[in-house]
Amino acid sequence: MNFGFSDGQKELQQTVREFLHDRAPLQACRRLLEAGEGWDPGLWQETAALGWLGTVVPEQYGGAGLGYLELAVIAEEIGRALAPMPFASSVYLATEAILRGGSPDQRQRFLPRLVSGEIIGTLALAERPGHPDPSDTGTVLERGRLTGTKIAVVDGAVAALGIVSARGEHGTTLVLVDLDGPGVRRQAQASIDPTHSSASFVFEDAPAEPLAGVNEGWSFLEGLLDRAAVLLAFEQVGGASRALELTKEFTLSRYAFGRPVASFQALKHRMVDVYVALELARSNCLWGAWALSEETTEIDVAACSARISASRAFDLAAAEMLQMHGGVGFTWEHDGHLFYRRAKHDALVLGATHAWAEKLVQRLIRRAAVQLPGDGDTSPDQRSDRPSRSSQVARLTHGLAATAR
Amino acid sequence: MDLNDTAEEKAFRASARAFLEAHAPAFGTRPVALDDPEMVRQAQNWQARKKDNGWACLTWPAEYGGRGLGPIEDVIWSQEEARWDTPPNLFIVGIGMLGPAIMAHGTLEQKARYLPRIARGDEIWCQLFSEPAAGSDLAGLRTTAVRDGDDWVLNGQKMWTTFARLSAWGVIVARTDRTVPKHAGLTCFIVNMRSPGIEVRPIRQIDGRSDFNEVFFTDCRVSESHRLGDVGNGWAVARTILMHERAAIGSVGARLDVPALLAVAAACGVADEGEVRQRIADFYVRASGLTYTNYRTLTALSRGEMPGPEASIGKLVGASLVQEMSAFGIDLQGLAGTLMSGLHECQATYLGAPGGRIAGGTDEILRNILAERVLGLPAEPRLDKNVPFHDVPTGPRTRQ
Repeated sequence: MNFGFSDGQKELQQTVREFLHDRAPLQACRRLLEAGEGWDPGLWQETAALGWLGTVVPEQYGGAGLGYLELAVIAEEIGRALAPMPFASSVYLATEAILRGGSPDQRQRFLPRLVSGEIIGTLALAERPGHPDPSDTGTVLERGRLTGTKIAVVDGAVAALGIVSARGEHGTTLVLVDLDGPGVRRQAQASIDPTHSSASFVFEDAPAEPLAGVNEGWSFLEGLLDRAAVLLAFEQVGGASRALELTKEFTLSRYAFGRPVASFQALKHRMVDVYVALELARSNCLWGAWALSEETTEIDVAACSARISASRAFDLAAAEMLQMHGGVGFTWEHDGHLFYRRAKHDALVLGATHAWAEKLVQRLIRRAAVQLPGDGDTSPDQRSDRPSRSSQVARLTHGLAATAR
Repeated sequence: MDLNDTAEEKAFRASARAFLEAHAPAFGTRPVALDDPEMVRQAQNWQARKKDNGWACLTWPAEYGGRGLGPIEDVIWSQEEARWDTPPNLFIVGIGMLGPAIMAHGTLEQKARYLPRIARGDEIWCQLFSEPAAGSDLAGLRTTAVRDGDDWVLNGQKMWTTFARLSAWGVIVARTDRTVPKHAGLTCFIVNMRSPGIEVRPIRQIDGRSDFNEVFFTDCRVSESHRLGDVGNGWAVARTILMHERAAIGSVGARLDVPALLAVAAACGVADEGEVRQRIADFYVRASGLTYTNYRTLTALSRGEMPGPEASIGKLVGASLVQEMSAFGIDLQGLAGTLMSGLHECQATYLGAPGGRIAGGTDEILRNILAERVLGLPAEPRLDKNVPFHDVPTGPRTRQ
């Protein structure tokens, strides 16, 4: 049993941590927050030069040809640093979409430019408040032209390539759009986390090409979101860890009533609750990373677990950080709100927690053989030998048939 | 990242399986009460069979009859044995906790006399630690041992003692000096549970079961040759025992799990309600978090490391999860949830659940441990730390 990262992966993690510590300290984040600009082009180019944008991209497209475990440790460090980069949008979403759903020609045209950092890609999904559903997509693709509106596109102000969900001839389709091209009107929108820009787009007969390797648009999109959810969850765990560390540091040095406030049990126990939430999330993230790396069918439920637990842990860590800093945590000048904003942003960008919880239950029901993975057993061999739950499963399937959506 | 056994672990698991396949079927159990003499005999026979074939005391040093294996082999063995219907392990206290204490602190005679019999299951042993007034603050215990000639005389009361009714022997920690601070005045003894002056009474729990006992000591004489470790060194001996208790990686998986809750929800016609589904998702995510945290602990064991205090996460989260899930399972059933015959034994689980959050380290103590030993936060102020025991307040003062 080796449920963890290899020494090589940990070394990579350390390298990324040191780079971001020098190149993207929290002051860098704050500068962007105050300037209202969503990214640091210099940081982006240096990151690209280190090869990290193409971590899982095959070498023939200029990538590093590594795996998802490597990408996961990079993600955790980006999260820990609150690095102001469109990394998730361009790497976990746009690059993955083309890598997995593009034709060979599309891969050749776009992957090298994404990997080199020349262009930034992003996903445009939401059209209104609430959770996107295939049945209410208003944006349409007709004869190679896109018409419709997308809002709250993450990193939308800096992205050149849009992966846009639209209604096509055969249902949901994902299309590639040049966001600087004709028929596209971009409007910057103020985000709760200004370290990622946000923009709305109005498409009027904008030239668009469907991702040619995709058969069923909505299920491809769900798969793309699952994989991105695991990677973003590592960012969230990184951010939550840093928030807890800073909270610990502060409460150890801040004295009240003659002793460090960290010595008061109420705060000790609440920091433990953050730590526990964080460690459970980390464990779920490792499960997700394993599922990504091994390409197992468990990715659908592992992704939900990783995302839900990481979103909750980061939200909790950030809120508790502010609370335990007392009044100073509420000031603009203090770094607490950088975490508070980022946590909320990350909890929303791929869909809110309640939507993922609903998705999880639907998937559990659909699987019918609802088995908690592992259940404490050491190895996959163990799992397959478990006593059958056939009577329980039969009851479950029968009882839930009417409720399955 | 590899979730499979290493080659060595795989081979070990295969050999465990081979033994169990050959021997376990003969020991399948009918449900009987824990202290039914027939059950005890079966348990002893199974333990002897394991011992005779090299499957008892895996982690004991070879010189004491063990195989000197590590914690991961212990876990693998437990997983394999759990797949079979075998008699309950009445020897876990003796083998898992008290035997190692005798190895660490006992005399040569004590080791020769007791260890082989513990290993073979000839005797059931119990741990006489907690008292009515000393659970979380174990070092504040009040049972006394007073020297009288070649003996020590025990007076006091122990509580929450598992297996006391069945045990031939026990290890007790008692106060031998009230004039020094609490940790310094303790001594451990090996106690013959059939001695005069010992009375065992079962404790009735809120769920109607009696898994634990009170043990009353009234002028019970213990020979000086049964003292375990030096006079005044009882706390060190107790810590050895407690450390091994913590090392036991128990599965905190609920009897009631997410598939069962979904089935209950379906049976109650509420499986399509958003609020119900949100809670079920939350339970699933916490349970999977626990499962994979356990995998991380197994990874450390596989590397030969002992689990650190972060292993407390499993108990802290798991015990509350059992309580919340069983409460939810009951609530789903509406008025029918009041029936003890309700779906999936939610009611029995719910009544047993509070014990899990208290026994073996309360939620609050576990949070202190995680705060202090993992997060490195300051220790709790301890007003009694350097105070002679007889000066330590033990209740509201009725007079000055």
